[in-house]
Amino acid sequence: MAKGVKPRVKVPKKAAAGEAITIKTLISHKMESGQRKDDDGNLIPRSIINRFTCDFNGENVIDVTLEPAISTNPYLEFAATVPEAGEFKFTWYDDDGSVYEESKKIAIG
Amino acid sequence: MTNLRGALSALIIAGTMASVAVADPVDDSLIINGETTLVTRTKAPAHVSDALDEVMSGWLFRGTETRAMQADDFDNPGMIFVEQAEDVWNTADGSEGKSCADCHGASSDMSEVRPTFPKWNDAAEEVFTLEMQVNDCRENRMGAEKWKYNGGEMVNMTALLASVSRGNTVNVAIDGPAQATWEQGKELYYTRTGQLELSCANCHEDSYGLMIRADHLSQGQINGFPTYRLKNTKLNSIHDRFKGCIRDTRAETYSPGSPEFVALELYVASRGNGLSVEGPSVRN
Repeated sequence: MAKGVKPRVKVPKKAAAGEAITIKTLISHKMESGQRKDDDGNLIPRSIINRFTCDFNGENVIDVTLEPAISTNPYLEFAATVPEAGEFKFTWYDDDGSVYEESKKIAIG
Repeated sequence: MTNLRGALSALIIAGTMASVAVADPVDDSLIINGETTLVTRTKAPAHVSDALDEVMSGWLFRGTETRAMQADDFDNPGMIFVEQAEDVWNTADGSEGKSCADCHGASSDMSEVRPTFPKWNDAAEEVFTLEMQVNDCRENRMGAEKWKYNGGEMVNMTALLASVSRGNTVNVAIDGPAQATWEQGKELYYTRTGQLELSCANCHEDSYGLMIRADHLSQGQINGFPTYRLKNTKLNSIHDRFKGCIRDTRAETYSPGSPEFVALELYVASRGNGLSVEGPSVRN
């Protein structure tokens, strides 16, 4: 498992029904591209977050494929319309099979 | 002939304008997370009032996006390193099996520390920077290995200590036992170095607000350190910044942690007395 991986998410605590809100996500991850070599000339194996998804009450909001050229600590910001109160679930998939999860509740008001 | 003269005077005007291209610091206020308003501009402290009327944070000299990035902890990439230091704060290390938290409590209780450093240490009989204090704790209280002065763990820890002090006012003591060190720092500040023969004051006192090629010269205040620089995507310590500046004058530099840089840090910090602690700030 990659070291020092920590997901962070920022979602407003409440929104009006039907309002488009901005969601910010960031995961600390070294995003080793697989192109670099170490001091001895050996290739450093690729180790990246390769997929990110966000679901709201079980419905998919966004599904992102991340590629090796994406830099350290990938930051993703996107908009989502909130039809009702509920919970956003965020999932990051690591090359090594690890899955990192975070969730945030949002109220209508 | 008339046409030629017109063209010439146009050239002269263009030349004059280029040499005095002034880009004033912006009129903006820094509110962190929509809650804490920081002082980024205030009356110069008495000991620099002969040189400056007003002291200004480097934040005012940066672009709109960079300023916005610092105003929100989520957008501020420096906060990742603060979080890493928070884990270290609570982790025991060394032969005594103690963590920082075992003596000091929560990191958020340390908000009075960063604003007063560098400061005189009675036991060591010298001026201590925050880094020296951290290493003194590690060595003598925790029985742990010292950290490299400008290494990753150290700069992260100073970022944590700065982050909990944001909004508090920089107030380093320049009198009493620290005065000799402060005088030494002042001497260094006004000493021209390198093949370009530039002192700190040539850029940061005489010429702040001007463009130095594509960069907007600030007053060189250090209230925002450590600084997350977009150009190297990591936190930069005060002494690394000093080193970079002196290198740019094409001089051999002092080393991070050297007595000269400690003295310079005390002097430069004192020039920002009255500004808010801002670290970790975001800069170019």
